[in-house]
Amino acid sequence: MNRPILKTRIQQRFAALREAGELGIVAYLTAGDPSLDATLEFVLALADAGADVMELGVPFSDPLADGPTIQRASERALKSGTTLAGVLDLVRRIRKTSEVPLVLFSYFNPILQMGIEKFASAAEAAGADGVLATDLTLEESEDYRRVLRAHHLDAIFLGAPTSTDERLAKIANCSSGFLYLISRTGVTGAKDTLPDDLPALLRRARAASKLPLAVGFGISLPGHVSLLGGLADAAVVGSALVAEIANATESGARASSIDAAAAALRLKVRALKQAALGGLSRREVAP
Amino acid sequence: MSTILPSSTTTAGRFGPYGGRYVPETLMVPLFELERAYLEAKSDASFQAQFENLLKNFAGRPTPLQFASRLTEKLGGPRIYLKREDLLHTGAHKINNALGQGLLAVKMGKPRIVAETGAGQHGVASATVAAHLGLECVVYMGTEDMARQALNVARMRMLGAEVMPVDSGSRTLKDAINEAMRDWVTNVRTTHYLLGSVLGAHPYPTMVRDFQTVIGREAREQILAAEKRLPTHLFACVGGGSNSIGLFHQFLRDPDVKMIGIEAGGRGAGLGEHAARLAAHQGFSGARPGVLQGTYTYVLQNEDGQIATTHSISAGLDYPAIGPEHAWLADQRRAEYSAASDQAALDAARLLSRTEGIIPALESAHAIAGLLERIPKMAGTDLAILNLSGRGDKDMDQYSRHL
Repeated sequence: MNRPILKTRIQQRFAALREAGELGIVAYLTAGDPSLDATLEFVLALADAGADVMELGVPFSDPLADGPTIQRASERALKSGTTLAGVLDLVRRIRKTSEVPLVLFSYFNPILQMGIEKFASAAEAAGADGVLATDLTLEESEDYRRVLRAHHLDAIFLGAPTSTDERLAKIANCSSGFLYLISRTGVTGAKDTLPDDLPALLRRARAASKLPLAVGFGISLPGHVSLLGGLADAAVVGSALVAEIANATESGARASSIDAAAAALRLKVRALKQAALGGLSRREVAP
Repeated sequence: MSTILPSSTTTAGRFGPYGGRYVPETLMVPLFELERAYLEAKSDASFQAQFENLLKNFAGRPTPLQFASRLTEKLGGPRIYLKREDLLHTGAHKINNALGQGLLAVKMGKPRIVAETGAGQHGVASATVAAHLGLECVVYMGTEDMARQALNVARMRMLGAEVMPVDSGSRTLKDAINEAMRDWVTNVRTTHYLLGSVLGAHPYPTMVRDFQTVIGREAREQILAAEKRLPTHLFACVGGGSNSIGLFHQFLRDPDVKMIGIEAGGRGAGLGEHAARLAAHQGFSGARPGVLQGTYTYVLQNEDGQIATTHSISAGLDYPAIGPEHAWLADQRRAEYSAASDQAALDAARLLSRTEGIIPALESAHAIAGLLERIPKMAGTDLAILNLSGRGDKDMDQYSRHL
């Protein structure tokens, strides 16, 4: 009931992935780290290397759901002068050459200060496909959802291991595009292993909703992606990519280090995509 | 005033448009559980008896309402009473809330608490309650605050708490709250977040207020006994706003009682120089309604919605947002808010020390400075209660530099 009439690029991509029985790769970057020009280059490189959906993180001064890697990226992005308006302009620039599905990933306050209507209208005009506000849950988001819907933007919400079955169903009912499942209680950041109770969470979410399921928080290795095949529709990789950028640009944001970062991102996503296409993940994906 | 009203499908924890629950999904069910446990405890006679017993026999309640005779005489205006929360165990009003939430943690079966602290008073109170109730305790504290409140760091460690230095952002209270919330979201199944002020997502602003209203209940009884009438003015400092709401709340239905909250005016009116969220009428810039750390309230921020850095000589008032109930009281003009500068607070602390023999905390010194500024507008028939929320031992290093 919440779906826009026209399918967003996100919905089209997940439909294609389902048809192919493929696990998708959702790639997160903090926009403006180390500059918006660099993020443009990174996004195009990642899309070219096989990322199915791109999440553009809007930097925030107080990213309380993020671990150290993305905290530092946010600091770098803010230091380079990145604003929400700047990120929307980046979306417009990406759209000149790429049709990769784009999700804006933000804390709520920058959106609220721009004004929800003004933000949604600008995001639609720039060519964004969906929005996820980390600290906004279904209880506080009635207007926000209505406005996003009116602008043909997917409202993506988080489901957590602590969410009850009943809540997962309610969250899914308020969402479109996909449901973003948090793999573990905690903040963003790469981890060595996936939590033992993740399959149970995915089964609960599957029972609660027909939406595609993307799993994030702590996913960094091809091995994680292989394990998710058949259980989820996509894996979200964030901190592992942001760390590549931090490594390559440690000594400064020169053109050569931006190119090096883009090359590292390409390799990383290719490896993840290979894992997604191989072995376990080719198994049937769900109803 | 800008009016950006976020929508909400519930009215839970709203004060007018302010408050709400703006947290990552992982914390929603734990917040519901906390709300349920709190509501149960509220009407549970045995919980309340336990709480009252601890307040009396462990914390030292009731605290005196002392007539400040020499200060009254010196200022030549209203009769002034001091609510002596500084005499409580651990040295500030923070212990009231820490005991309440500590008991709740036990009731919910959470063996571990995390807390944030600015001045260190809430950290010390949390560490104290954790030790007393046998809970594990981790306190997050900005490194800037650890340097300026070193005594309280040592006290927390003596009490067995782990003090985790926070080196991000402005390295003060706001950053300590971010880090405490990150710990909580990670360990939520075993951990209770013992938030120290009327901030954060529902039910915290309501629950913390309720645990602090003992201040106003006692003060009301005490002033009626001493003066046979209600006060005309209440003064209290406002960081997040727990000691002030604790005093104010019992007088909200008495329209003739004026309530004055004093914020940190820092060293100037420009954004970044102060922590005055509700004193725009005095020229302090940068506060607009917004969402920070779980709640919708007045927040010091730039035009892009990035949270501003703040400055105050007082670590306990050095925070960019204010409790949502205060935002509502300000909009309704039920309470007034003004700011006192670093220097005014230092001067006020010295005055109180030398006229009454009480060294106040730097936070409480702001309330005194607010009272001093107000004196010319007050009459000899006026009757003021000032909440002396904490004592100044922790601030001796700073005071001695300004003697």
